[in-house]
Amino acid sequence: MAEMTYLQAISDGLRQEMRRDRRVFVLGEDVGVYGGAFKVTLGFQEEFGSWRVIDTPLSETAILAGATGAALMGMRAVAEMQFADFVSCAWDHLVTVAAKQRWRAGTPVPFVLRLPSGGGFSGGPFHSQNPESSFAHIPGLKCVCPATPEDAKGLIIAAIEDPNPVLFFEHKHLYRRIKGEVPEERYTVPIGKARIHTEGSDVSVITWGAMVYTAEEAAAQVDASVEIVDLRSVMPWDKQAVLDSVRKTSKVLVLHEDTRSGGFGGEIAATIGEEAFEDLDAPVRRIAAPDCPVPFSPVLEKAFIPQVEDVARGLRELVEY
Amino acid sequence: MRSAFSFEREDGAVAIARLAEPSGSLQEVREWGLDREDLLQMYRNMLITRGVEERGHILYRQGKIPGSFYTGRGNEAASVAIATAMAPDDVGTPLHRDMGVHITRGVEPWRIFAQYMGRQDGPTHGKDGNVHMADERLGLIAMVSHLPAMLPVAVGCALAFRIREERRVAVGWTGEGAMARGDAHEGMNFAGVRRLPVVFICDNNQWAYSTPTHLEYAVDHLADRAAAYGFDGVVVDGTDVLAVYREAKRALEKARDGGGPTLIECQTLRMEGHAVHDDAFYVPKELFEQWAARDPLERYRTWLRSNADMSDAEEEEMTGHVKRLLNDALQRAEESPQPDPADLLDGVYAAPEDLDTPHHK
Repeated sequence: MAEMTYLQAISDGLRQEMRRDRRVFVLGEDVGVYGGAFKVTLGFQEEFGSWRVIDTPLSETAILAGATGAALMGMRAVAEMQFADFVSCAWDHLVTVAAKQRWRAGTPVPFVLRLPSGGGFSGGPFHSQNPESSFAHIPGLKCVCPATPEDAKGLIIAAIEDPNPVLFFEHKHLYRRIKGEVPEERYTVPIGKARIHTEGSDVSVITWGAMVYTAEEAAAQVDASVEIVDLRSVMPWDKQAVLDSVRKTSKVLVLHEDTRSGGFGGEIAATIGEEAFEDLDAPVRRIAAPDCPVPFSPVLEKAFIPQVEDVARGLRELVEY
Repeated sequence: MRSAFSFEREDGAVAIARLAEPSGSLQEVREWGLDREDLLQMYRNMLITRGVEERGHILYRQGKIPGSFYTGRGNEAASVAIATAMAPDDVGTPLHRDMGVHITRGVEPWRIFAQYMGRQDGPTHGKDGNVHMADERLGLIAMVSHLPAMLPVAVGCALAFRIREERRVAVGWTGEGAMARGDAHEGMNFAGVRRLPVVFICDNNQWAYSTPTHLEYAVDHLADRAAAYGFDGVVVDGTDVLAVYREAKRALEKARDGGGPTLIECQTLRMEGHAVHDDAFYVPKELFEQWAARDPLERYRTWLRSNADMSDAEEEEMTGHVKRLLNDALQRAEESPQPDPADLLDGVYAAPEDLDTPHHK
């Protein structure tokens, strides 16, 4: 085991896979000489050369279509969007081509798309979004959102190994803030399996990404036993783990940093309503960002992203219900 | 008013792309590596291509094809020529006017009819329709409706070949209409920057649905754009099968030898509406008449008779063979079962064993 930041863990997993499997290559804007906007691939070009760590033009479509074409020819591209927000420029190649190719034409499209996501840095409307629910809605795509360094490494390797297009949402606010013990050897974390971040018996929080830590801080402020379920994957998502936790605590708060309406929390809440209604002692509570673009000003952004006190208040209300 | 479809340069017009010469004599054609059997096979493939689409029309009128129906009438020469020039290990992303590519690469016509009718034995098993199909074992990648989304995908295939240093080429198709979209720019720019082994084919059939070329682009020739991406552009008469073959072969070998991409603009006329529901009232009648006189099959037939001594007997043998092939294909396709709704969710996600394909090994 070694202590690594979340960012180092992603980098470590990716480097191990590139050393192990010659099919794996990286492409994106500034991923080579510069090492990526957040330095996840720092030093990769020196080690693997400029044809396995490819600096592309500013062309999200060429990056995603390039990854798709290379995948169809047996390669394992790990493509980087400089910020998750820019994936909109390449929507077609994820949603129209890659997501549907296996189902309609029989040809798998195995690639990984790394998406630095999330707010908290005054990135404004175009450098802060959490678009996972948009893609979780598309049959054929997988979406993973690790919260810990250990999961980040295990999931990037699992994503590379997976025969499907996998969107790897790496939360920017976790990159250097979160550290943890990470096994040095190669391992995978199964896509679609949740992790119980904190065991509890009074109320469940279902969340993922940076909100795992917001929930953790909020739980510490509340006089109750809070179980935090870190989904780790949004598509496929671990329905069983969620239902098990709901049946244990009978009260549930669904929390995400993405906006509320149409956010993935709605799907989780609806499923709980359909399959665990009899086990509930309170209505399912959702906490999410309000339905507006991500604001720039620190004051406004604080009002936008769910804060520890918002979650603590929601937990208290559920406990007292 | 520029004359996009003139092979003569107007006074003062700057032709950036090379304007390809028409095809030549049998001796010249042999120098490009085609023997007489190859020449006859190309004609046979053109006959099958047209025959498949003509039979498709009949199936549509019989109410046997759900949705709509698209053909590439007028583009048989270009599609067959390019596929003939490709090497077995090359790959391509043909579009809905490029049936000749599927035929030439060896897709069996009965599977195409089954695809048209949404049957179980079509390449997509009823999950997708019309020409949204491909047989990956034949190096083809199934198109999507969003054009030219598959063009930068071909660039990705070429990227894989370049990374692995394989002597293979990817061919990416677009229409002249889709050349207005960003996918074409991003794909061509990336391919130019990295000198990737890819050949871009622009089927310029003069109409993007009802939109004529002067409302689609403002350069003389779309192939002129190649210069802006740092590679060669060439304009060729898409009704001249041998001229297209020669240009495709040159471009493919250049790409294979590390010389980077080429953009080949094949000029044709879309001889039918955008799809079967469209009577193309907006296309001037004289234009249809003018291009009907250059029908690619008739042109090539005349060439074969005068340059390669194609005999009446050979012609009869070929047309008879194609007729029997298509009759049998239709019957076999009609016998193909409807897809089973229980299979609807099959293959939304790939399983690890699905990677056991010719390309993924």
